Amino acid sequence: MRSDRSASAPLGLKIAAIGGLLFLHIPILLIFLYAFTTEEKSYQFPPPGLTLQWFAVTWNRPDVWAALTLSVKVATIATAIALVLGTLCAAAVSQTRFFGRETISLLVILPIALPGIITGIALRSAFSMADIPFSFWTIVLGHATFCIVVVYNNAVARFRRVSGSLIEASMDLGADGFQTFRHIILPNIGTALLAGGMLAFALSFDEVIVTTFTGGQQSTLPIWMLEELIRPRQRPVTNVVAMVVMLVTFLPILAAYYLTRDGDQIAGAGK
Amino acid sequence: MSALATPAAITPNRPGLTGRLSDFLWKHPHVLLAILLGPPVLWLGIIYLGSLFALLLQSFFSIDDFSGLINYEFTLSTYKQLLSDANFDIIVRTITMAAVVTIFSALIAFPIAYYAARYAKGKWKAVFYLGIMLPLWSSYLVKIYAWKLILAKEGILTWAFAKLHLLWLLDAWLALPIIGGNSLSVSYTGTFLVFVYVWMPFMILPIQAALERVPGNLIEASSDLGGTPQQTFRHVLFPLALPGIVAGSIFTFSLTLGDYIIPQIVGSSRLFIGQAVYAQQGTAGNIPLAAAFTVVPIVIMGLYLWMAKRMGAFDAL
Repeated sequence: MRSDRSASAPLGLKIAAIGGLLFLHIPILLIFLYAFTTEEKSYQFPPPGLTLQWFAVTWNRPDVWAALTLSVKVATIATAIALVLGTLCAAAVSQTRFFGRETISLLVILPIALPGIITGIALRSAFSMADIPFSFWTIVLGHATFCIVVVYNNAVARFRRVSGSLIEASMDLGADGFQTFRHIILPNIGTALLAGGMLAFALSFDEVIVTTFTGGQQSTLPIWMLEELIRPRQRPVTNVVAMVVMLVTFLPILAAYYLTRDGDQIAGAGK
Repeated sequence: MSALATPAAITPNRPGLTGRLSDFLWKHPHVLLAILLGPPVLWLGIIYLGSLFALLLQSFFSIDDFSGLINYEFTLSTYKQLLSDANFDIIVRTITMAAVVTIFSALIAFPIAYYAARYAKGKWKAVFYLGIMLPLWSSYLVKIYAWKLILAKEGILTWAFAKLHLLWLLDAWLALPIIGGNSLSVSYTGTFLVFVYVWMPFMILPIQAALERVPGNLIEASSDLGGTPQQTFRHVLFPLALPGIVAGSIFTFSLTLGDYIIPQIVGSSRLFIGQAVYAQQGTAGNIPLAAAFTVVPIVIMGLYLWMAKRMGAFDAL
């Protein structure tokens, strides 16, 4: 790392690392290629021809639009809930010491550490036991639960870097707790929250396992996609939607990266 | 906010409602803590732990074979059913798959993490970071869909084998018992490839984090003392990276253990735990057995996490 004088890596390592990255990226590139194929019935490679016609067809499909709108709505509300709960939790865990602190971290991580099917089926049987009909809100409830951890992780990492003396200085200069929060803490953790919120949005937008259990008749975009995967109806439309979903999830990830980039460099730079 | 700090010696009371509230919270840090912790703990405690507990409770009920209704009496008969041959096969199959996927993920992830941690600098560091993060965060279903395109009989993999005049190799592989099948997309090999592809990125970041924390002078000390690069790797670097590998394996193992969508889309008709849970709660309507099935990954992951904690893997997260 820092004190490494040998500038170049062994050839074998280079090949293995680049090969690994290619393994991760070639399937994604294929998604982009297949969105333009003229082949309708099979997954033929190489594509017999390229066309833009399926973008127009997909644009005029109301079922795709309905699924997309529902996904965006669910992700927005779930992210908002996760932002509030995750930040509160992170503030409590990082700024104070109390009995059972470790347990809280575990509780937050649990919904994502246990397989999604367990979260899904647990929520489903709880809803049916409590006679809660499946609706938009049951989907949101499930999504918010596992989105908390993403916000929490981002916020905890940033809270650790907000120096306690800054907060004390603000208090010493006469600001009360709320003013300190508004003018000192919030500007410091703002980008971390934004990044956490974006990742939570991406997580919710893409989630399918819990949604199959907590959703009723409505289908989010991943549910629509899953149905197409199991029983393909119009393959070219699925190809186009796959590409669009890929692009939509790339944007928040890139944004989150640029927002937390400096923090990562500090966190990675020695110790 | 920092409730630990000792209150200042002189604190004149602040005017106004917010001022008084602020003073109150400062003097009573426990109230502040309760306000901060209350909402998230209530949410997770009631919605998440509550439903989880209710689910586990159901595994101690049984289903009436004639009426198909749940019999609300404490019994262990559902667990006896869980350990019947057919169901036990499902459990063994899933655990084997999860273990193999974890090992191969570690093998592929390690060089990437190693390069990113020790050799990539400046622009390349960013390229590696995004190169890992984009596949990790991109849509799960689209990734599976990509592999459906790749593994299809008319897809790119068969095309590549044909171009290289290696079709006989592919056919020989598919002719193998157990891991073979009619085509890659309905064989265990296909399921395995998709599992590795989808969960491997989760292995890279913890390994990278562990490797980045190894001080450079340890490596130098090792070579100063006459260690060859191989010896340094075996005796210094690898043991220090191990907690990272274990931390990453928590993700690959747990995620493979509970997945029911990948084997449903790419794979043979033989079930995995996730599919069994899905089938039991859905078409079969046997919630107690489905609940008992979910206990398996919970117990396995409990043991796994306990072991990982003893190896210090949580520091690498």
